[in-house]
Amino acid sequence: MKPFLFAALLALLAAPAFGADNTVSLTLRDHKFTPAEIHVKAETPTTVTLVNDDGETEEFDSTSLKIEKVVTGHATGVMRWRPLAPGRYPFMGEFHSDTAQGVVIAE
Amino acid sequence: MLASLLIVFREVIEAGLVVGIVLAASKGVPHRGRWVSIGIGAGVAGACLLAAFAGEISNLFSGSGAELFNAGILLLAVGMLTWHNVWMAGHGREIAAEMRRVGAAVATGERTLSALAVVVGVAVLREGSEVVLFLYGIASQGGASLAAMMAGGVLGMAAGAALSIVMYMGLLAIPVQRLFAVTSGLITLLAAGMAAQAILFLQQGGYLEFFTATVWDTSWLLPQESILGRLLHTLVGYSDAPNGAQLLFYAVTIAGITTLMRLERRPITPKFSASTSGTNRSG
Repeated sequence: MKPFLFAALLALLAAPAFGADNTVSLTLRDHKFTPAEIHVKAETPTTVTLVNDDGETEEFDSTSLKIEKVVTGHATGVMRWRPLAPGRYPFMGEFHSDTAQGVVIAE
Repeated sequence: MLASLLIVFREVIEAGLVVGIVLAASKGVPHRGRWVSIGIGAGVAGACLLAAFAGEISNLFSGSGAELFNAGILLLAVGMLTWHNVWMAGHGREIAAEMRRVGAAVATGERTLSALAVVVGVAVLREGSEVVLFLYGIASQGGASLAAMMAGGVLGMAAGAALSIVMYMGLLAIPVQRLFAVTSGLITLLAAGMAAQAILFLQQGGYLEFFTATVWDTSWLLPQESILGRLLHTLVGYSDAPNGAQLLFYAVTIAGITTLMRLERRPITPKFSASTSGTNRSG
């Protein structure tokens, strides 16, 4: 019984380390996001690397993700998304919102 | 043109609301115009600097420099707003009484103007840097649409300023004996909203990982990206889907400021119970 409890406790403590976080690479070129549709595991934090291949500054903006991230031209930005409940989370490049559109799908 | 008008309008109004509240809260204090102008001027200069070094700042702290910077200046503004409110809790009554008596400016109340100037500077800096980055991006692209986009930017700035003035006038319509009570409340909520926003930036930078779950979602009722949602976001920190840590720090900020204000107010209106009646107070 005791070793079992110990093992259970250990598994519980170690759980966050095993449950790997989502990692996403996002590229902006010609004011369009690639990929424009991102799938992440729900209820898991996500680390996002945003590479801006355009010459101009862009602001990654999403009211549903609650993220505002300015990335200057030919630069790379890193942001952390909170664990998401299952659902769709649209995002956009605020400075070129007619083309820079995308969506995160947490499932 | 409409796109640039809307973007600039949004940013200007967010800074303008803060300036309006600060102006109303400092009504009757001499030299406030100078201090607020210093705040706006420093904010604009800072916004240009920030825009020029956006890439460098962003690269600090393994790509989370901008998040730390944003959280830092927001928390600085929270501190300044707290100081102002606590100081006003002790002296606001005198100022209001004096204003009623002489109907003009009074010689007290200048102390926290520097704090309010910092708040104005922070608001203009944050919103202004986005405007600068955006307009600079348009300017560097050139092309036929440049003039129209710039015209949109100027119109957006004018419209944002106009709406801010309307709100300031609205605040001034409040009778003077009630004005400071209202502005104290507004400043408390403004500070709480800024604290919650700072938490969001710390989470985005990966520095805070507790209570990150969304507590409720009212985006079906009042989306945050709507005009009213944005106004309320700036004024009272409205969020259509706040997370636990944000709500916690929102509540802690309100509780902290009101407690400090109550402590500061006590010496002016002493309420001693029989057991602690102030025998050792010389008054």
